[in-house]
Amino acid sequence: MTGLESTLRGIVRSAAPIVIAGQGELITERAGVINLSLDGTIMLSAMTAHVIARETGSLTQAVLAAMLVGMAVAFVVVFSSIALRLSQVAVGFILTILCADLAIFLGKPHFNQPGKEIPHAPIPVLKDIPLLGPVFFDHNILIYLSLLLVVAVLFYIYRTRPGLTLRSIGEQPEAAFVRGTPVQLLRYVYTLAGGALVGLAGATYSLSVKLGWKEDLSGEGWIALAIVIFGLWMPGRVALGAYLIAGLRSVAIDLQDNDVIDLPAQIVNMLPWFLMIITLMIATSGVLEKVVRFTPDRFKPAARRFLRAAPPRALGTPFEKH
Amino acid sequence: MHVELNHISKTFGRVRANQDITLGFEGGRIYAILGENGAGKSTLMKIMSGYQAADSGEVVVDGAAVDLHAPTDAIEHGIGMLYQDPLDFPPFTVLENFIAGRPGGFFLERHTARQHLNALIERFDFDLDPDAYVDMLTIGERQQFEILRLLSLNVRVLILDEPTTGISAGQKTALFNVLKSLARDEGMTIILVSHKLEDVIELCDEAYVLRRGRYVGHKNVPCPMSELVELMFGRVVARQERPPVSVGEPVLVVGGVSVESRRLTVDHVSLEVHAGEVIGLAGLDGSGQGELVRACTGLLRPTAGSIRINGQEMTGRPYPQFAQSGVAFLPAGRLEEGLIGSMTLTQHFALTLPTNRPWVNWFRAHRVTTERVQHFNVKGYPGSPVQTLSGGNQQRFALALLPDNLRLLLLENPTRGLDVESALYIWEQLLRRREDGTAIVFISPELDEIVAYSDRILVFFGGHTTLVDDPADMTANRLGELIGGRM
Repeated sequence: MTGLESTLRGIVRSAAPIVIAGQGELITERAGVINLSLDGTIMLSAMTAHVIARETGSLTQAVLAAMLVGMAVAFVVVFSSIALRLSQVAVGFILTILCADLAIFLGKPHFNQPGKEIPHAPIPVLKDIPLLGPVFFDHNILIYLSLLLVVAVLFYIYRTRPGLTLRSIGEQPEAAFVRGTPVQLLRYVYTLAGGALVGLAGATYSLSVKLGWKEDLSGEGWIALAIVIFGLWMPGRVALGAYLIAGLRSVAIDLQDNDVIDLPAQIVNMLPWFLMIITLMIATSGVLEKVVRFTPDRFKPAARRFLRAAPPRALGTPFEKH
Repeated sequence: MHVELNHISKTFGRVRANQDITLGFEGGRIYAILGENGAGKSTLMKIMSGYQAADSGEVVVDGAAVDLHAPTDAIEHGIGMLYQDPLDFPPFTVLENFIAGRPGGFFLERHTARQHLNALIERFDFDLDPDAYVDMLTIGERQQFEILRLLSLNVRVLILDEPTTGISAGQKTALFNVLKSLARDEGMTIILVSHKLEDVIELCDEAYVLRRGRYVGHKNVPCPMSELVELMFGRVVARQERPPVSVGEPVLVVGGVSVESRRLTVDHVSLEVHAGEVIGLAGLDGSGQGELVRACTGLLRPTAGSIRINGQEMTGRPYPQFAQSGVAFLPAGRLEEGLIGSMTLTQHFALTLPTNRPWVNWFRAHRVTTERVQHFNVKGYPGSPVQTLSGGNQQRFALALLPDNLRLLLLENPTRGLDVESALYIWEQLLRRREDGTAIVFISPELDEIVAYSDRILVFFGGHTTLVDDPADMTANRLGELIGGRM
């Protein structure tokens, strides 16, 4: 394996949990609900997967348990928003802290203990393709899942009827209601689905990417949340953001061992955040709208599709009839 | 198809939006549901279209009472509604909007949907591009699309809630032609919800008039406009005589000002307001009165023209400078814009009283509050949060907060939601200020109020203004015609 191949392979692998969590949060936010608890949820589900795997020896049970944890937290968010009319942001924030502390407390006996790992499963034939093989087809099943998930979410959101309905309830729930969509029910469904994926991301950390349970997972959830914004709520771009961050992190690690370039790794680690702020500034400044407006009519829809940069309009707001 | 509304009643909190309303609609005819703002038209139509449930009463389609729990139930019975603010998905394409909410399989089946949509577009000769994004369309085009969408769902009764607000004259003509042909050629029932007499007379065969939640009468159209106006506004109050006030030098000079509101532009308004004068701004909700008043207080920058206060050029200056020149503004949203709901009366005065010190003189604030509250007859304690006061007391308190020696006082719906007694009290206070040389400019949806208190009236309609110099022989009826666009 060449150096490039192994670097890219490492990026695909280390980005997997953020890709999965990002797609999960994207689904939730596209439905108009913001689940801010990601950071705590990922820690709690990672710890859960690690402990269940050690106790039962079953990786399947470990992964399912982690997803259940993610769904349980997501349920608190959506239930308190829809049934109790609490602020999604406030509830999510409290859950972040609660879940993180809970993970540290409950996981203490299993801290730094050897964990079980999802078995490596290279795909025969495909893994021998030069470059693509080692980068994409020489992983375990959770990493493959992260790749498939992006394609699946892209397809679901843009090509299927339920996907269009999902976008519609996050955009203009009142119009969806008038068209017969059960807005509240679907918000439950998609928040739980998103939560399950966030739980899966946690399992991906403790069973594969950062084997075992350590508290250094803190911060990953915030990255996933930020990437959804950075990717402007589009599945492909959200995944791209995850790979960008993983890539920069890998560069930062290489820099530490590099004697020629004397650049502190922290600077490289900070780059993604600068990029995000710049992206947001451009996206909200109205410049893109102007670009679209001055595009020749023939290319307008295409330019529009490529540059459209607005959050789901109903994001974070409860749906009520007027 | 024959649809009846039987004894429909609906209350929101203490407001009786609909009281025992019974109406019938036949196929092939165009009906108007006519009434002023707040008459209960939209509520009634939302009940008919399944958007909300009535407290009592039933909707009867072809002789059978139907249960309407959701808009889709109504659509299944052939009743569809075009809401005042188009209920569509602006960031989606026209085609995606067309597909959203349609029954179908797992996949979008864009191709079939596109053929269906194109056939409809062709049939009505609309100019709609299925691939255009809806937020790039005009309101008129979005209406056209929504009509097509409802027709594709086999709607036989089409309800349109104020469809002519915010569309151009050309689009209106096109819309009316389509509606006429739907009724004449296809036997559909069209129901136009409106407060615009002009539109009703141009389009409709019959008009049902609502006033304050009740059904007050039916007319076959065409009929004299005055008959409709009388039904809409009820009694006509004669203008009250009051002691003449000598008007002073001009306080506010508005020269060729243009302002943009959400849906229309008001062009070249010119107005001179003298000390001691009361100017009423009449017009349908959202005709630009609010924007003009905000421009005169520095809260909104006019797109053209100049605003002079006390002879000084003030265009584009910020609100504090207007305030320093003795201008004050009381917005319609008392708790939204005017007052701070959770703060007490004393805290409001502590915020308002001019001071150079960085700390609050609570003793002084409390003393001033007690004085002013008593003087303005506000029923509330200095320590009570403003939101615990009744609407009338909130308005009195808002007046009490204003400094004494104002040059210009601008008010938006000064008696909104107040009972007759409170309203009279507020006007007593306002007219007293007028005697001190304060000029008053007020917006009101109550034509009686405009006629009763104004020395001159500025009427807003369709982006233009008309100044009525001598309202002495102006009646609420005539004014109703003016704001409805009849010169």
